[in-house]
Amino acid sequence: MTEVKSPETAAPPAAVPSELTEEPGRWHRVRPYLPLVALVVALILPYSTLHLPGIFEGALNSPGTLQLLAVCLVFGGLAAGYDLLFGRTGMLSFGHALYFAAGVYGTDILITHAGLPLWQAAPLAIVGGTILAGLIGAVALRTVGIAFAMVTLAFAQVGAILVARDFGGLTGGEEGLPLDVSGVPAGLVGVANTVNLYWLALAYLVVVVFVVHRVSGSPTGRVLAGLRDDERRIGVLGLDPYRFKLVAFTLAGGLAAAGGVVYCLIVGGASPHITSSELTLSLLVMVVLGGPGTRWGPVLGGILYMYLDHRLVSVGSSGAVDALPGFLSRPLSQPLFVLGTVFILAVYFFPGGLAGLASRVALLRDSLRLGSRRQS
Amino acid sequence: MDAIILLTLTGLGLAALYFLVASGLSLVFGLADVLNFAHGLFLGVGAYATWWAAGNLPGAGPDGLGFVVAVAFGVAAGTLMAVLVELVLIRPLYSRTIEQVLVTVGLSLAGVALLQATWGADARPFPRPEWTRQVTPILGAQVPNGGLLLIVAATLVLGAILAFLRWTRYGLIIRAGVENREMVTALGIDVRKAFTLVFAIGGAAAALAGALGSVYFGTVSPQQGGSLLIFAFIVVVIGGMGSVVGSAYAAVAVGLLQQFVNYYGTSGLGDICVVALLAVVLLLRPQGIAGKVATA
Repeated sequence: MTEVKSPETAAPPAAVPSELTEEPGRWHRVRPYLPLVALVVALILPYSTLHLPGIFEGALNSPGTLQLLAVCLVFGGLAAGYDLLFGRTGMLSFGHALYFAAGVYGTDILITHAGLPLWQAAPLAIVGGTILAGLIGAVALRTVGIAFAMVTLAFAQVGAILVARDFGGLTGGEEGLPLDVSGVPAGLVGVANTVNLYWLALAYLVVVVFVVHRVSGSPTGRVLAGLRDDERRIGVLGLDPYRFKLVAFTLAGGLAAAGGVVYCLIVGGASPHITSSELTLSLLVMVVLGGPGTRWGPVLGGILYMYLDHRLVSVGSSGAVDALPGFLSRPLSQPLFVLGTVFILAVYFFPGGLAGLASRVALLRDSLRLGSRRQS
Repeated sequence: MDAIILLTLTGLGLAALYFLVASGLSLVFGLADVLNFAHGLFLGVGAYATWWAAGNLPGAGPDGLGFVVAVAFGVAAGTLMAVLVELVLIRPLYSRTIEQVLVTVGLSLAGVALLQATWGADARPFPRPEWTRQVTPILGAQVPNGGLLLIVAATLVLGAILAFLRWTRYGLIIRAGVENREMVTALGIDVRKAFTLVFAIGGAAAALAGALGSVYFGTVSPQQGGSLLIFAFIVVVIGGMGSVVGSAYAAVAVGLLQQFVNYYGTSGLGDICVVALLAVVLLLRPQGIAGKVATA
């Protein structure tokens, strides 16, 4: 096989073979700016009237599409916050939905029942969620590993029970609690103002990504990574694992509560399904699908998961799937079946998730290229 | 007085249900370090297989001997499912604890969705023998027979598991493996066979819980397993990982506490008291009532 290569990248004879040196292709030069490009695209998106049939129902700036995108962005941020626990500190918490729900229900109850304006309710809900995370973390972190997972799950279940049983008529029980919009600024209410909620969701995502990056780049973040890799060693170095884990747990809880505030505004209320353990499990699925501990993986995973979760319902009821025989079409109309199966396959075959996929493909491509060069 | 007897016996019925789910979870966790989120799926498979068999399998039916055949079919289906899950999904990930948890999480999501896709999300009426709908007067209290059936079944299962663990060779290997797996492996015994066995036992107990629990509630629904599973987790942590007897004590404590507080306090308060009990146990005795210290 003859090599198809441009002359300027051809290695001179007797030098190090080019496949062993770093090959700074065009892609590598562009890569650091990709998040910036994505941000710019996200910023100009509400001004576009583009129709993407099959991907979104209406035009890109139609309220329905913007709301779906806003929910996706919030879950991208939530997944990034959860990754601070799972991917970067190695804590497997099954109770993260609780702090998210604390943000949602906290905002909703403070506005609807206590009559506070949003600018007071939102900080109170976030502070409340953070304190809750700190208290529960202080108890739950007495256990480690799998037991920790079970204990956080149990505490989250209390939240779910409290919401479902509707003590004092606060939460609205099974029916949820619609948000009383009189306490919310007019710019965040109504179908016409969906674009403002989209900005809010985007801002939340940016803030979470910024915080997570700052924390993981700081000395504390290096201790957290150390806890993930070898907790005993951190202890031997004279640092208290309990305190660092509590910091990470509380911070992640606070970020989730903030996400809850935004979600409450986007959806316009609270419903009990957000307290279920299923939500935490789907956060875990998002992070693992995206790539735990990577910079953009969890964000991508969260956005993609929520998008698929919404879209697979309509794909499942579309004609193409209905035309399949019953034993195929019925499971395919269940988004969770498809996502769960993809998740299991991802655990086996793509442990790095989406973020690891690029380097895996590159590795495969390089080895193929190497093989073909040897033959030539 | 008869209210207390009734609450005690229904609480014990609930405890029996928790124990049937938790015993398998506890053994699996104690031996193989797998936190099995798919355990609720085994329960669902057992319940639906019994439901299906009662209507479709020749020789099985909703009453008399036919019902026994239907339950046996359900238990067999749950056992088979558990063994398949262990062989196909868990075994390749041996000693990678987190990945194993992730796979069982995925399996529980996909499996419940599959049940839902096949038989619908709504609860279906469960065919049950006539006598389980009736009540038995015990010391003046009218106790539902379904609950008594659960208590009897759980006692039998507890006895059978304890006898198996104490007097058979594989029971010895399992007990030794819970204590110190590396040492058992070092002695040249293939512990992984015991893993499959433990999964089979757990799957069978969970499927039995699914079938008899559906008799007790009168309906079968795909989400049934998930809500029971959380309390089973609590029972396992309180009882101590890997201890069947600890699970039994913890199940009784949790079941009675839940039933009494839910009756005398507001509904739902009992569930919260259970979690409070969990917090207290963790603060005072992190290894549970009778277990090894739970570590990753």
